[in-house]
Amino acid sequence: MASLPSSPTTAKGTLSPGGFRWLEAAIHGLLVACAVVSVITTIGIVLVLLSQSIPFFRQVAPLEFLTGTKWAPLFEPQHFGILPLFCGTFLVAGGAAMFAIPLGLGTAIYLSEYAAPATRDIVKPLLEILAGIPSVVFGYVAVVFVSPLVRQVFPQADLFNALNACIVVGIMILPMIISLSEDVLRSVPRSLREGAYALGATKLDVTLRVIVPAALSGIMASFILAITRAVGETMAVSLAAGAEAKLTLNPLTSVQTMTAYIVEVSQGDIPAGSLEHRTIFAVGLSLFVSTLLLNVCAQWILSRMREKYE
Amino acid sequence: MSLVGNTPSPLNTPSPLVPAAGSQQLLARQAAGRPWAKLASRLFSLLCLLCMWTCLAALFLLLWQIFSYGWARVSLDFLTKSPSQIYPEKGGIVSSLVGSIYLIGLTALFSVPIGVGSAVYLEEYAPASRWRTLVQLNIANLAGVPSIVYGILGLGLFVRTMGLNRSVMAGALTLTLVILPIVILSAQEALRAVPSTIRQASYALGATRWQTVWYQILPASLPGILTGVILALSRALGEAAPLVAIGAATYVRKAPKNLWADDFSALPLQIYNWTDQSQEAFHEAAAGAIVVLLTVLIGMNALAIMLRYRFAKRVQW
Repeated sequence: MASLPSSPTTAKGTLSPGGFRWLEAAIHGLLVACAVVSVITTIGIVLVLLSQSIPFFRQVAPLEFLTGTKWAPLFEPQHFGILPLFCGTFLVAGGAAMFAIPLGLGTAIYLSEYAAPATRDIVKPLLEILAGIPSVVFGYVAVVFVSPLVRQVFPQADLFNALNACIVVGIMILPMIISLSEDVLRSVPRSLREGAYALGATKLDVTLRVIVPAALSGIMASFILAITRAVGETMAVSLAAGAEAKLTLNPLTSVQTMTAYIVEVSQGDIPAGSLEHRTIFAVGLSLFVSTLLLNVCAQWILSRMREKYE
Repeated sequence: MSLVGNTPSPLNTPSPLVPAAGSQQLLARQAAGRPWAKLASRLFSLLCLLCMWTCLAALFLLLWQIFSYGWARVSLDFLTKSPSQIYPEKGGIVSSLVGSIYLIGLTALFSVPIGVGSAVYLEEYAPASRWRTLVQLNIANLAGVPSIVYGILGLGLFVRTMGLNRSVMAGALTLTLVILPIVILSAQEALRAVPSTIRQASYALGATRWQTVWYQILPASLPGILTGVILALSRALGEAAPLVAIGAATYVRKAPKNLWADDFSALPLQIYNWTDQSQEAFHEAAAGAIVVLLTVLIGMNALAIMLRYRFAKRVQW
């Protein structure tokens, strides 16, 4: 990195014409400006969310917002309790995780511990393709292919239901779980494996009792990051899960997530500046805070894990 | 390895001289004492293999379903005709296709210089300081912010405050912010891969810092940077949520002419609109549009993977 050239100024002073010094300073300034853009983005997100949320919370008590069990801002009588949206969001994210975590961890273990290098070279790019499929395509798959299947198995299910969303979001977060967990599994030092083998352990013992426990914190972080992604997932969920904000844990009924609500309002003709329109900023703020907390948590776990092995 | 598990091991009979220290020893003793340990190990590897095949099967099933359903709709007509809300079987995707091309072009124009500039600053210029740690942490967190939140930012900042309305420009600026963290993080990785001997040699010859960056480090890391840029742009091409949040139309008949003012649509938005309808013919049109989108995306992905592969082969520092 930039550690060594702390003294190129001396070389510059003697060898380059004076004009360069001016150019160098200008370019340095320009590069700083580029880096500042990302800082401004964060400040911008917070400012925009707060600028509309604060007027919203003047009209709706924050306590009512956070603990109310009914969400109906667009109909009379209006209710502004975000719990049904939270419930929908975590029902979909949790359901997706229930599909994706065992499958993803199994695949990651296979790729890191069992697969031949050639297999890995073929499978990893294929999984990258899966990771590159846009969310709206998964929404299409949920509506056209998954929903009829779900209704065949559970005839009582709504046309749009949380289970549809769980299945496709689960497929979406699979590549993330696989690639992050595989990275941490492979970063477990060889000496641990060899030590266990030398003591006569089978491959199963080595994997489940030595490698996975050693990599556990990193694997947990990958799960949290994948769940964060599922919480922020928008298009697939808003197409597949329906649009009824409900406080339920039944995956066969239609639910609404925070993201799907923002989409619903964005597409309508609700005038900007009204209380109804400000709800998307309040919901956006809740979404931003929840994903930020999950992210910080995952990064903290990862940095602790890195300290352990470096 | 597993052969060891079957041979009778002296660890089976705990000797008083060797105290059972640590779980590894315990574990080995258990393995040796279980005749079915090898079978269990084998079954577990099969289970993991099954997991992998399930994931791959999901990918293939998904692609096969979409392509078999939508392939029939793709034709030159489909690419060059305006969409129709009344006769979905006759309409095309030209307006959203052109919208997407404008969007990606502008997004690349904004995000590449800013993203690579930030990466160069963080890797080559910024001294290790609290400020640098802060910027780095900030970028890592931005990468995890849901894209629809960027859409809300775009709505407040570009659409309202800057008065860009629902134009291509507002969409491109929003998408730039969405992919900026990805561009920065991947460019940083590429810059870090350039060995410091290159820098030392350049400085030793009297080059200034910028000369070193421009003539040595950027050319050396170009394939890596390009790979990251292509992947980030393919993400932007498929992104619909931030565009919905800024209020972009999910259906327009005409491609935008004035990039600062005209309403626009993009391919993912058109797909969203058609999927949301209940008639079968709309779903077929959506499948056709998905085939077009996925073909481009998979092509971009393949290009990125190829670049990375060739780079890894050619460059041996």
